[in-house]
Amino acid sequence: MAKVLITGNEALAESCLRAGCRFFSGYPITPQSAILEYLSWRMDELGGNCVQTESELAGINMLLGAASAGARALTTTSGPGFSLKQEGISYLCASDVPAVIADIMRIGAGLGDIFAGQGDYWQITRGGGHGDYRTIVLAPASVQETADLAYMSFDLAEKYRHPVIIATDGAIGEMIESVELPEMKEHDIDTYDWAIRPRKDGEKQRVIWNRFWDLGNDEYPIYLVNKYNEIEANEQRWESVQTEDAEIVLVAYGISSRVAKSAVIRARKEGMKLGLIRPITLWPYPKKAFEALGPQVKAFLDIEMNILGQMTDDIILADGNKHPVEFYGEYWHLIDENKIVAKAKEMLAKY
Amino acid sequence: MNYKVSKHIDLNQQASWCPGCGHGIICRIITDAADKLGVGDRIVTVDDVACGQFGQYAMDYNSIMGAHGRVIATAAGVKRARPDALLIARPGDGSAYSIGIESTISCAMRNENILALVINNSVFGMTGGQMSPTSLMGMKTSTSPFGRTAERNGSMVDIAKLLGQADIAYLARCSVDSVPNIMKTQKAIEKALTKQMNGEGFCLIEVLSPCPTNWKLSPEKSMEFIRTTQSKALPLGEFVDKGGNK
Amino acid sequence: MIEVICSGFGGQGVLVAGMILADAGMEDNKQVSWYPSYGFEMRGGAANCDVKISDEEIPSPFCLEPDIVYTLNETAIDTYESRLKPGGVLLVNSSLVPDERTYRDDIQVIKVPATTIADELGNPKGTNIVMLGALACASDLYDEAAMRHAVEHYFGKKGKVNPKNAQCFDRGADEARKQL
Repeated sequence: MAKVLITGNEALAESCLRAGCRFFSGYPITPQSAILEYLSWRMDELGGNCVQTESELAGINMLLGAASAGARALTTTSGPGFSLKQEGISYLCASDVPAVIADIMRIGAGLGDIFAGQGDYWQITRGGGHGDYRTIVLAPASVQETADLAYMSFDLAEKYRHPVIIATDGAIGEMIESVELPEMKEHDIDTYDWAIRPRKDGEKQRVIWNRFWDLGNDEYPIYLVNKYNEIEANEQRWESVQTEDAEIVLVAYGISSRVAKSAVIRARKEGMKLGLIRPITLWPYPKKAFEALGPQVKAFLDIEMNILGQMTDDIILADGNKHPVEFYGEYWHLIDENKIVAKAKEMLAKY
Repeated sequence: MNYKVSKHIDLNQQASWCPGCGHGIICRIITDAADKLGVGDRIVTVDDVACGQFGQYAMDYNSIMGAHGRVIATAAGVKRARPDALLIARPGDGSAYSIGIESTISCAMRNENILALVINNSVFGMTGGQMSPTSLMGMKTSTSPFGRTAERNGSMVDIAKLLGQADIAYLARCSVDSVPNIMKTQKAIEKALTKQMNGEGFCLIEVLSPCPTNWKLSPEKSMEFIRTTQSKALPLGEFVDKGGNK
Repeated sequence: MIEVICSGFGGQGVLVAGMILADAGMEDNKQVSWYPSYGFEMRGGAANCDVKISDEEIPSPFCLEPDIVYTLNETAIDTYESRLKPGGVLLVNSSLVPDERTYRDDIQVIKVPATTIADELGNPKGTNIVMLGALACASDLYDEAAMRHAVEHYFGKKGKVNPKNAQCFDRGADEARKQL
């Protein structure tokens, strides 16, 4: 198929449609709004529903309805709007309802600002709402990968009856790259026997509510632990770049990983042995990538577009606290390739 | 006595409402209305957390438990995905008029083709009888211990005033305080479901419903309270009836 | 890999110029990336884009050491001239930049009165196209004919074919040629 030049946000929207998504409910917020704008005309062409809702709360809760009814449903937002959606995401998880939520990340707490950032790592990976849950989190690093991951996100969500979050950022959302889009699919909303529809005579009652009411207080915890273990065992995704002999391993996802990759190339020209682990799933965190590292590794450098180094804890956990982990972050500015190389040089001298 | 109960009332489940609660009556007339129209196999309910949620036990329809205050929006989501289903969202007054009023108004403005059946007992019931937007002026609740005043607590939400001029299909306030009023409520539900089948759009029926526990009244006195006090502040009637029954 | 920074005021068409470069790269089966940045203003603020064109995977989409800096106003020169690779090409819109301005001596500076030419040709929105002509002539990113075709291809896809764009492109290329 011929390639097209589109933004990351457009690729996300179009790919979800091609995966059979025919329901969207969401609210304008920068830098996500382009998705809502795109779907406002494109969904019509496919005969689906695109609703600009009165609030983020309505966005996630209309999605709860459509997804419970078996539709492939999407909502998208950024930073502050993602916070507002947490209660709804908690309900999706508690009720085992698959759906896709995209957070086009920006910087900062509170208003923060609209610039590209990776401010929501803690929130997206820990389960930002109440109760025992986490969601599967996919973090594409290019427009093509946005298209690919968005396309398979619904399959993943339905496989586990669990919401999937696509975490990109303002840079990947707004940049344009050449993309090969996946094929258009239709989704049958009667695929699954849990989907809410009018009850047919002789059919078992279908109820979407707290799964622990179905399974009982004793069985539900076992069910839940098994579910999360299964996801953790099967769904870790990552890319390792020149880690075979790397002494300093950079760890970065999304747009930061793109710059980190350039830094690896630059540093290698100077004879520095740098490598990169790029988590593609932020949860489950790709521990397997760390387990595969050799004994030559001296330290890790976490690179993110936030202030506090939100992913550092996960690196320490994945590494089993065996090596030092340092952090280079940017807030407001983009990640600087030269700063990565300088920092790595410092670390090579130190460790 | 010839006492027939719809097959959609699930007599094997236990819905844990307090004695004298109006919820059971309302579930019964929902099923009767649907049976009368012959659409029992098309109903999907979206039930708010709190007392109304027991409706998922009382009725055997396929249903969703929504988040508090969001059931009208959730029902609209189901309807758009499943246009063949007849959607009944079942929030209480706290849900529809307090935490969820943005969605109540906005779903009305979008004329979402669903029925919002708001059960109004003028308090937050399950959480212990706190003041709600429809608590009456002067009413003592656990959070208005000296009686509700406009200065301290704001004035009441009267949905007839908020949506009385809106371009929606149907807006009515009914009550379950007496047999004739129960029959009228059932008629209103039949009318709203018919409108939904006709694609006329948003219908909201508010049902004044007793809460003896939190009102600290006997079941009988609670019915009397609806007649003498609650329905005086929130008068019964049909406020919007656009399009009629085609 | 070739790195190009396009910069100017919002409304001058710098983002479109970058898109045309990316589009030409894609049609040429290259990997391309286009990264925009703007000021807060909806109109009239700064507008920049980083374009990368490569035979291989593009790691960072941000241009650290561009081969070409395509500018349409003076602020753009202030911001980006210093980043240009030694031997790189700086395109200057001399309609808006004083003649006496001095430049690094290890780069190639091409001065084109792009705004004036576009106005003369009755295509005031064609400033960016004039400068693309100059870019095609002054750099070896694409040959001139291919670049000229890419402009037509880009607007053709959008259903906005304007024959004056070709005139703008050619005049820009001619101006650059005089300086080579």
